[in-house]
Amino acid sequence: MTRYVMTIDLRRCVGCQTCTAACKGANATPPGIQWRRVLDIESGEFPDVRRSFLPVACMHCGDPPCESVCPTRATTRRADGLVAIDYELCIGCANCVMACPYDARSIVHEPRYAYGDSPMASEAKRFDPARIGVSMKCTFCKDRIDYAERTGKVPGVDPEVTPACVNSCISGAMGFGDIEDADSGVSKLLAGTQYFRMHEELGTEPGVYYVWDKS
Amino acid sequence: MKPFNPRAVELAAPKQQRNWDWRAAANFICGGSGGGLLLYAAFAGFGRGSALAALLAGMTLIATGLTCVWFEIGRPWRALNVYRHIATSWMTREAVVALAVFGCGALAVLTGSVVATLCAGVCGGAFLYSQARILAANKGIPAWRHPASVPLLVATGLAEGAALALAVGALGGAAIGAGLLVAAMILVIVRAWAWQRYRTGLGSTGAPEAALRVLDGFAPRLLWLGTVLPALAVLALLLGMPGQGPVLLLVALLAAGSGAWLKYTLVRRAAYTQGLAIDHIPVRGRGPSGPAAKPGWKMMPDGNRG
Repeated sequence: MTRYVMTIDLRRCVGCQTCTAACKGANATPPGIQWRRVLDIESGEFPDVRRSFLPVACMHCGDPPCESVCPTRATTRRADGLVAIDYELCIGCANCVMACPYDARSIVHEPRYAYGDSPMASEAKRFDPARIGVSMKCTFCKDRIDYAERTGKVPGVDPEVTPACVNSCISGAMGFGDIEDADSGVSKLLAGTQYFRMHEELGTEPGVYYVWDKS
Repeated sequence: MKPFNPRAVELAAPKQQRNWDWRAAANFICGGSGGGLLLYAAFAGFGRGSALAALLAGMTLIATGLTCVWFEIGRPWRALNVYRHIATSWMTREAVVALAVFGCGALAVLTGSVVATLCAGVCGGAFLYSQARILAANKGIPAWRHPASVPLLVATGLAEGAALALAVGALGGAAIGAGLLVAAMILVIVRAWAWQRYRTGLGSTGAPEAALRVLDGFAPRLLWLGTVLPALAVLALLLGMPGQGPVLLLVALLAAGSGAWLKYTLVRRAAYTQGLAIDHIPVRGRGPSGPAAKPGWKMMPDGNRG
């Protein structure tokens, strides 16, 4: 079985937001909607304060709460671990938005453009009416993963079948691959490091691993 | 909906949910009290006129709530897709139960059948329970996912339904006996107990600070307007105070109004998201890693403040 996951090495992330921009470019999300964000977290008390960067998006959970609450079966978990949304089935009830503990989902009820009511040429070209009034989120660039299926290329290794955010990361903090494959980059990284998965106590089995130290 | 533009450092903290507005809250407010009304009225032994009025009122409340939510969803003309996932979705189950409510209710109204009335009552109870489970299934909202939210929502629906049923019955000329009055008073007190149990449980498992502030601000209103005053009014009737009709109308206003306030508070004002957290601040250079950070939380699951 294949289970695609993402690794994010927090020791390497510099908070440059390049992944955010790459995602925006790859997926043409409307203004105000970012499927991938990098959070800036300040913690501790003076003089022992810390600043950390935390890239977040859909965690493509092993037991996704968004999937079980969805009344339409628009949200499904694929055999390869990706959590996908069928925009043609979704009714935009927002139950999945409430069920997601990662703030990963959003609904846009009317078209939004960067400069007022009229789209720029690039926005007009990439506007997708199917995404209005329905739930949307990070897809792990599933078109690329599907392309890998057809071509035999390896996600996480070959850039054309790897999520845009991972390709764009300037510090090599983000990784992607099949955790069931012991030889994959993500498996090797996790074997030699300490990591956590966010809000794991909620039983969601998230598919994003945050590396914070060596073993 | 107002634009929400938090600063970068605020993005991780829990935020008040902005997708379910007053229309979604109206579904829980009207649907819960309508379901409770149908259930209580079905077993209250009302005469034909009062039973008919209670049936129509209960179904109207449920229909009003569902209509409100229909206006909220992003793709209303695909609403029938809601029936596609009965295996795990409580929203699907709510929609299925609603059909049964209206089917049995219509049969009861048209034929006056006691069996159909009882079925409509049971379906009303199931509708109320489904709504409670819809909220509890949402892991992204700590104030909803706590298991004690289910008995709280069921209890408030039953208390509201009982008070409304008594008012409808009294206005319809039905004789409201001591047994029905005592049952309604008990349900109002049970609701207060369910609230206390919910709030205590939420405090012990941890929740966003902002959500706890909202809930604590509401608590005295539920106690006085939703519990003490209606219970005293019912007690006065039990002790022989005249004017049963107007007093029961006041009890219904207090019990149902406070229940609506409770549900609006829960669905809108206390509905803060989980927020995002780091379990371990990463190692940087040669320094050690840092403790967990969970902005905006009163308590971490392990008892430590975030």
